[in-house]
Amino acid sequence: MATPAAVRIAERELLLYRRIWRENVIGAFVQPFLYLVGVGVGVGSLIDDGGDRAAILGETSYFAFYATALLATTTMFNTSQEALWPTMDGFRWSNAFRGMIGTPLEPRDLATAFLLTFGGRALVTSGGVACVLALFPSTRSLGLFGAVPAAVLCGLAFAMPIAAWTGSRDVDNTFPAILRFVVMPMFLFGGAFYPVEQLPRALEVIAWFTPLWHAIELCRGLVLGGVDTGSAVGHVSVLVSYIAAGWLACTIVFDRRLRP
Amino acid sequence: MSLVTTSASVWRDIRRPQRLIERSAMVYRRNWIIILSGLFEPMLFLLSIRVGLSQLVGDVEVSGRRIAYDEFVAPGLLAAAAMNGAIFDSTMNIFHKWKASKLYDALLTTPLTAADIAVGEIGWAVLRGTIYATAFLITMAAMGMVESAWVVMAVPVAALIGFTFASLGMAATTFMRSWADFEYVPAATLPLFLFSATFYPVSAYGDWSWVVNLSPLYHGVELVRAANLGVWEAALLAHVAVLVVLGVAGTTVAARRIEKLLLS
Amino acid sequence: MPNRNLGPIFVTVTSMREGVITATGLVKSFGGLVAVGGIDFTVMPGEAFGFLGPNGAGKTSTMRMIGCVSPPTTGDLQLFGLDPRHDGRTIRARLGVVPQMDQLDNELTVVENLLIYARYFDISRREARSRATELLEFVQLSERANSKVEPLSGGQKRRVSIARSLINDPDVLILDEPTTGLDPQARHVLWDRLYQLKEEGRTLVLTTHYMDEAEQLCDRLVVMDGGRIVAEGSPQSLIATYATREVLELRFGRGRNADHVADAAEVGERVEELPDRLLVYTTDGEGSLATLRNRNIVPDSALVRRSSLEDVFLRLTGRTLVD
Repeated sequence: MATPAAVRIAERELLLYRRIWRENVIGAFVQPFLYLVGVGVGVGSLIDDGGDRAAILGETSYFAFYATALLATTTMFNTSQEALWPTMDGFRWSNAFRGMIGTPLEPRDLATAFLLTFGGRALVTSGGVACVLALFPSTRSLGLFGAVPAAVLCGLAFAMPIAAWTGSRDVDNTFPAILRFVVMPMFLFGGAFYPVEQLPRALEVIAWFTPLWHAIELCRGLVLGGVDTGSAVGHVSVLVSYIAAGWLACTIVFDRRLRP
Repeated sequence: MSLVTTSASVWRDIRRPQRLIERSAMVYRRNWIIILSGLFEPMLFLLSIRVGLSQLVGDVEVSGRRIAYDEFVAPGLLAAAAMNGAIFDSTMNIFHKWKASKLYDALLTTPLTAADIAVGEIGWAVLRGTIYATAFLITMAAMGMVESAWVVMAVPVAALIGFTFASLGMAATTFMRSWADFEYVPAATLPLFLFSATFYPVSAYGDWSWVVNLSPLYHGVELVRAANLGVWEAALLAHVAVLVVLGVAGTTVAARRIEKLLLS
Repeated sequence: MPNRNLGPIFVTVTSMREGVITATGLVKSFGGLVAVGGIDFTVMPGEAFGFLGPNGAGKTSTMRMIGCVSPPTTGDLQLFGLDPRHDGRTIRARLGVVPQMDQLDNELTVVENLLIYARYFDISRREARSRATELLEFVQLSERANSKVEPLSGGQKRRVSIARSLINDPDVLILDEPTTGLDPQARHVLWDRLYQLKEEGRTLVLTTHYMDEAEQLCDRLVVMDGGRIVAEGSPQSLIATYATREVLELRFGRGRNADHVADAAEVGERVEELPDRLLVYTTDGEGSLATLRNRNIVPDSALVRRSSLEDVFLRLTGRTLVD
């Protein structure tokens, strides 16, 4: 049986990845470790000493609260960036994707291949963060094995819609704005640093619609316990919807771009 | 001795560094939106902390005074914003102008000198950092996070932080061989951002708190924090001295490297 | 030559004055590698002076030293009576430089490139504006003034470079391979502009590995090879000294050229054997060809042309310029 088209495209990405894996591992392991020690331990010690911690976080330590969100946020940053410049390179600068379409591969195969390549990146990244979390007693849990796939869904929920945007662009001038005005605000207000109930009501409602909030809730619930099946299914379906919508947008955009 | 004399010659070669600033102003006249969007990020950090984290943390004790957590963090964020802005301008941007567009080769055929280029480019980064710091300060004041009128001193302090990091960034950039080398830039700035008493007092490090002195950003954070509280003491001069020395050293190295590599 | 009758006047003027650029025993080495191995030359005011040679001959190194962006290793170099080692800044203020690769400021528009360059020379904004307008007209790019640099063609970019190099009204214009990489039409446009500058009496110093360029533009030139000057003079005098009036090019087909070297030598003063053809140096190409035909020696193709600097170079170095 022939190798599926999307897998053949993903093979190329794997070839490229062999050259840059070091950088990715630094991003997946060293960076979350620094954040964990810097913010989790440091700010955590301030919080656990005073303030209204018990009322807001309950029994959870701030370290554990923040650390579990890192699974989702680190993966989000990594795949979002991956779906911007490196993807633009394939469309515009090196034109590798146009070259592919010259072979029997279809634009739709490219969109599906993105699921594999971004999923692979997300797996490496969230796996790295999970290894870091396993170092600390309060986040060492079998739930990490469930949280890694949850973080992969998070990565794809960002990468696929962003890749569709990238595919529709001729220049990269909007890319910094995507990171600054879409990704960064979610990081800051999406429930990573404190529960979204702390936010003003309007912002809280907005947060419910972001993929990051669902991913954080899912990862946190799986690692620390306390997520019931019903809400877990709900979080997963929201993430999958984002991925499906992104994939669909990719197929349309890529087709228009590569076969005008 | 010879190092001192050659360093001095670099500074004697400065004639018209302001021409580089004129050039950058010309470039950004069309791209001002880029500068504007750079204001946004530190303000979002501040807002997020104020809205959510402050309540969790409660008050923090600084210089024998208890202040709200957001007031504690704001000066740290301001200093970090000055650092990040300066680093961004003095690394990627300068590498592009150096290697890709050969701008400095073209400049050196005019009466401008290597020292003019170093000082002018660093000057632009300082200017940009100062604009950010000022905007951030206005936001702080609007949110009621300002403790003392002395806080206006945070603007020159931010300029000094910008000078230090732009100089170090430009000096480091002259040693970069390809874009791949820029992976090391966040590897250096992220730990500085996180471990410079930005988010919590040095006392959190216990016996290890002396290590923080090795971070240039820490000295900047302390100065901005002192400005916000209006606490002036002689010890602050040491912080200023560290930043000035590093900045002067960075600028000197940058100018010497340009001279060595482009005027061969 | 429209201004040939001006020749004698120029001669009297220049002979009364010092050279604008004088080099004595000029050497440039990078570590163990000697790029320029001790050269002497003098460029007179108002003259178009050329460095002719193949890639790696040391032309660009020489140009960088003249442009005061590369200190000589040893030897003496003076521009306007000043030493680049000490007065680089003063000298550069009086030079215009057109580098081999365009170094235009891609973040700025065409006219902004000129304006900011003027500022580097400390020219006032007002003055810069009027000069920029004038110069863009001179290089026929007025309608592209507000365009970005990137989308311009190679020839247009080079013309912007020339306009920019003239912004400080330089006493000497330095051009490193001004038409390399351009298509024939763009080259002719450029030559036309440079010729006009020459007629206005501006001192031009240029390098080239194109013979036709050197013959068209240079009053005097030096031929460089391996970091040394191997000949010097006007294009006409070099041709007269090192070649004959005409060249007969003979092709006998692959592998058979060598068989006819002796025959060719009998009808000309000298023969050069190249892989694809024979060059017969003679005062009368058609006559030599007729003599050969009379002897029943009939080439596949034959061409008579005037000899050029290419032939001079071949004679001097035993190599063609484009290897």
